[in-house]
Parts: sequence; structure tokens; C-alpha cells
Amino acid sequence: MSRRAVRGLIALPALGALGALLAWGASGLAPFGHFHGFYGQLLNAIALPQRHTTNTVTAIVFDYRGVDTMGEELILFAAVVGVVLLLRDTGKPTPQDVARDRVGSDALHVFGVLGAAAAILVGVWLAAFGLVTPGGGFQGGVAIASGVVVLFLTAGFRSWRHVATEKALDPLEGAGASAYVALGLAALVSGAPFLHNLLGPGQTGTLFSGGSLSLLNWAVALEVAAANLVLYTEFIEQYVVALVRDRGDE
Amino acid sequence: MHFLAYGVAVWIFCVGIYGAIVSRNLIHLALCLSVTQSATYVLLLAIGYRNHATAPIFKGFENRTKGVDPVVQSLALTDIVVSVTVIALILALALDAHKDADTVDPDELVGMHG
Repeated sequence: MSRRAVRGLIALPALGALGALLAWGASGLAPFGHFHGFYGQLLNAIALPQRHTTNTVTAIVFDYRGVDTMGEELILFAAVVGVVLLLRDTGKPTPQDVARDRVGSDALHVFGVLGAAAAILVGVWLAAFGLVTPGGGFQGGVAIASGVVVLFLTAGFRSWRHVATEKALDPLEGAGASAYVALGLAALVSGAPFLHNLLGPGQTGTLFSGGSLSLLNWAVALEVAAANLVLYTEFIEQYVVALVRDRGDE
Repeated sequence: MHFLAYGVAVWIFCVGIYGAIVSRNLIHLALCLSVTQSATYVLLLAIGYRNHATAPIFKGFENRTKGVDPVVQSLALTDIVVSVTVIALILALALDAHKDADTVDPDELVGMHG
């Protein structure tokens, strides 16, 4: 029997079971637009009076399910450590590799500076007002990291390495992850439950609404931005070693 | 029409699964997994939707009784973070496999070297 036939024989029963499961699950769902989840409606009603946060989603992420978010942050941290470990002996770019990967166009350089600045600004804004308007630490962190990637795309690896060095990124990533845990432990030390809001709810609609939630938000923004940049650095180094070296051989 | 959004989620899920089954390339496989996981974002947001409701962000709103469900939205955020970490690890493993075996076709990656 060919490998393709074996594959089909294994896949078909599994797909049949999956289809049955999907049909059974979908038949139990409320009709679209008629969801009545009591927990969500309750949080919509109480998040603003209780925490002075107008963005209920961010209030859930950093307060009502704050421990869950700590786990999420540590998952990201662990995954970044895993990627760095997996790629530790696949070769680092030599100075010759770095010299080969350069961008000559001045127009691209100008676009890169403007684009990177705009993306980083949007990222900081998303993170800063995460408890007020749409956004939050995760979204802001990703946007900031994307802004730095624009530098690599438009100015080459040499410029990237000036900004995103391991020496700068590793402490920032560790600081972001540990600040979250430290804020949780600080509440514990003062006799309150873990991750309790020590600073009070703050003033609605301002940068400091949510009290210590805004600090948690910034810790996550730092961790996510640094973690993404470490990941990008690892993969970009592989690109520079492999592809740029190939191009140089031609 | 009531089940269109759920149908889209199921469709995206099936497209991703199909791609994963016929995949001959580990990087393609990682992208298929990403597509499959995207179905869960659509499903979560579709479940939480309520007719004529606003986003659960009440800057400038006094009436907070009609907002879509915020819990599933924060779950979608968790989902995205997990997706990113999984993809990063799979791509790193694919690079490692390519270094050892000089291929990213799972069929050719036979046997283990101690």
C-alpha cells in the first residue's frame, strides 16, 4: 500500500469523528447574536464602577483573570527561551555576512525611519491607553516590536543589530516578566490577595485609571515587545547566515 | 443566516486541517496550524456577539447593559499569544531539522540520530 493510501486510511476515521464532534458542538450553540453569558454581562456592568476602567476586556485580562495572564506571559517567556536554546548552535552572522546585508536606497531609509517611528508611536499609544480605549499591553508590545522590524526591512541587519542587541533585550524581557510577578507578590506581602490592586482604582478615563492595573499593563507591554524582538533577532540571524551567504556565493 | 459565522469558523478549521494532512513541508505545516487556530478566534468572537450591542469599551457611553461579551474577547487574546509561541517553537524546530537532515519534508525526516 502506498504511503498516500495509508495516510488516507488514518485520516478518514479521524476526520469523520472530528466532523461529528463539530456538528454536535455547533448544534448546541446559541443562535448567532443571542448569546446570554451571565458572567460577561456582569463584568460589563461592574468593571467601570469597580475598577474605573472603560475597556472591560483589558480589565478582565489584568484584573478579573490576572493570574491567567501571568501564566500567559510566562508561556511567552518560556517559548522565547526555548527558541533561543534550539537555535543556539546554528551559527551566528559573521562581520562579512552583516556587511553583505545592506540596503542602498535612500528613499527606503527615509521611509523606514518614518514608518518605524509611526509604528512605535502607535504601539506606545495602544499600550498607554489600554485600560481606556481599545488596546492593551499585548497589542502595544507587538506593534512596538513591528516598528523595530521596519528598521531591519529598510536599513538592513547592521542597523537592526544596533537597536536589538541581546544585551539590551534579555534584561528588558526578564524585567517585564518579573515586574508582573513582583506586583502580584507585593500585594501578597501587604496582606492582600495575590495581584490585588494596591493603588486604588485611579481616575476614570486617564492614563492611571485602574491603579496598579496600568503598571501590570506596562509590564506586559515591555515583556511582549522584548520577547518578540528576541524571536525576530533569532530568526533574522538565521536568514542573514543562510540566505545572505548564498547570495554572496553567486 | 443564524449559523453563518459558526460555519465560517468550521470552514477555516477544516481548510487548516486539510492543509496539515497533505503538507510536505514543515513550514507549510506551521502555517496550516496557524490557519486552523484562527478558526478559534472567529468562533470565540462569534459566540460572544449580541445583536445591536456595542464593543465592551465604554469610553463616552453611559449605558453599559448592551455590550458584546468581553470574556470571550480576552480569551481570544490568550489564544493569539499561545498561537505565537507555538508557531515560534515549530519554526525553530523546523530550522533545527533542516540543519540536521537538510530537508523540511516530514516524510524524509525518518529515523533518529542519537
